[in-house]
Amino acid sequence: MTAERETLRIGFIPLADAASLFVAVDKGFAAEEGLDVELVQEVSWSNVRDKLNIGMFDAAHLLAPIAVASSLGVGHVKTPIVAPYNLAMNGNAITVSPSLHEAMAAHLEGDALDPLATARALARVVADRKAKQAEPLTFGMTFPFSGHNYQLRYWMAAGGVDPDEDVRLVVLPPPYMVGSLAQGHVDGFCVGAPWNSVAVDLGVGHILHFSVELFSRCAEKSLAMRERFALEHPNVVAALLRALHRAARFVAEADPNEVAALLARPDRVGVDAEVILRTLQGRLKVTPNGGTRENARYLLLGQEGAERPDPTQAAWLYAQMARWGQAPFSPVLLDAAKAVFRADLFDAALPGSAAPPPPSGDAISAFSGPVFDDRDIAAYLSAFPIRRK
Amino acid sequence: MKIVIVDESPVRAAILEDGLREAGFTNVERIGEMRSLLARIYAIDPDVILIDLANPSRDILEQMFQVSRAVRRPVAMFVDQSDTASIQASVDAGVSAYIVDGLKKERIKSILDLCISRFHAFSHLQDELARAKSEIEERKTIDRAKGLLMKAKNLSEEDAYRLMRSTAMREKKKIFEIAQAIITASELFK
Repeated sequence: MTAERETLRIGFIPLADAASLFVAVDKGFAAEEGLDVELVQEVSWSNVRDKLNIGMFDAAHLLAPIAVASSLGVGHVKTPIVAPYNLAMNGNAITVSPSLHEAMAAHLEGDALDPLATARALARVVADRKAKQAEPLTFGMTFPFSGHNYQLRYWMAAGGVDPDEDVRLVVLPPPYMVGSLAQGHVDGFCVGAPWNSVAVDLGVGHILHFSVELFSRCAEKSLAMRERFALEHPNVVAALLRALHRAARFVAEADPNEVAALLARPDRVGVDAEVILRTLQGRLKVTPNGGTRENARYLLLGQEGAERPDPTQAAWLYAQMARWGQAPFSPVLLDAAKAVFRADLFDAALPGSAAPPPPSGDAISAFSGPVFDDRDIAAYLSAFPIRRK
Repeated sequence: MKIVIVDESPVRAAILEDGLREAGFTNVERIGEMRSLLARIYAIDPDVILIDLANPSRDILEQMFQVSRAVRRPVAMFVDQSDTASIQASVDAGVSAYIVDGLKKERIKSILDLCISRFHAFSHLQDELARAKSEIEERKTIDRAKGLLMKAKNLSEEDAYRLMRSTAMREKKKIFEIAQAIITASELFK
């Protein structure tokens, strides 16, 4: 347990999917690995990214696509970042206002649980509004480089809605989502826990889909650090990964009430333990009149090998950037994107310890569209009728 | 050149605005209301946007890097990529700048430097205010304890103070801490 450096500053945004990071510190797992971790709460992803890039943070709870974008120099200053540990997969949901929900229900052909059916219903609502020359619908998401943005775009485009032409997509800080929906500034949003539940509880939103219903596996948050830091402090990285792995197991095996209470602390997620418990168990109220839906895979922390960074996931995120015109497509950039998710660092720290992934399906298993193959992304992208060229 | 300051603190925004005006940047507008932030920014159509880092709405501005219909005038860069010292200094001071493409590097640098120094000045001011406030609080506590002692032990004001001071010296504590102890004890004896 020789660490080159004992104190670490790690930035985070107060969200349930940082659970392993909170538990690793608050249950003393990091300390037992010889690490003195200071967790620093931030208010925006831009701040987390900038403070990580310039070295004010040693590591961070980061939107997985930002780790890729920073390394490629897309959208901001280029800084080589690595993600040796995946903090969470899935965990988001799409929520719409009661009036949009009603309009979509009137146009729905098929099962409301089928994302393709709801996306087509949305397309009919959009066409209706266009015919009446009404204002286009507005949807909120958390960041240009986020799973939320890509999940929302993928879903609506599958139904024939062009996210850049037919609707407006706007960035909103998660704490402002519910208020914006209530006041009619947005008609729907894609966000993580607990904000979908909060909207439903207040009667201002209906959850349409969990993100896991759109994609079986989607890298959501990374533990990210500068490549140079990882290179210079291999033992610290390994110690931190061991502490996180132990924390993920604790979240899976301990009394969920204890975990929820720990996460509820004001200096961690800072919301009701009951709401966090529902998130961890994937048991969400989806309609204001009390209907619930359950999915044990709603948020994956340590289950199904979600911890081990999967370069195919990084490739998929990069493919979304290329599809929506955020980044040009090139094989060189693809390789650079895949190299951000460092399964080798994970394996070095935790040999053979990740739970095996489920046997079926491709890495992503999207509800519609072509099977994702990171060896031929050009063909994958050209299979989508709606994309930026 | 049009400059927008996005800051919910009117005092800090005023300090910054003053500095910019002194430096000859007279076209400065402040947005203190975060609702429909982007719409306001598009209406003003600034060349430079300054925002404090404690503001969660900073992520909204990141959207301006994107090319889409919602974004009318894409923003170029935070500051020059190579200039990490400037980025570090501004993040350290708690301010971030968004600059529309085509501005001269030197002009951006002068605005950013000014911003950084004004933000530092503001936090010094805050620190001083906090210190002054706690000094006033301490003096109030000491006065209250003095009053209690005068009443309980029938002492003059001067003797009461002297007793507190000698006790503090003997116990290697601050007079303020002794005063707090006296107040706590007197509440218990009520």
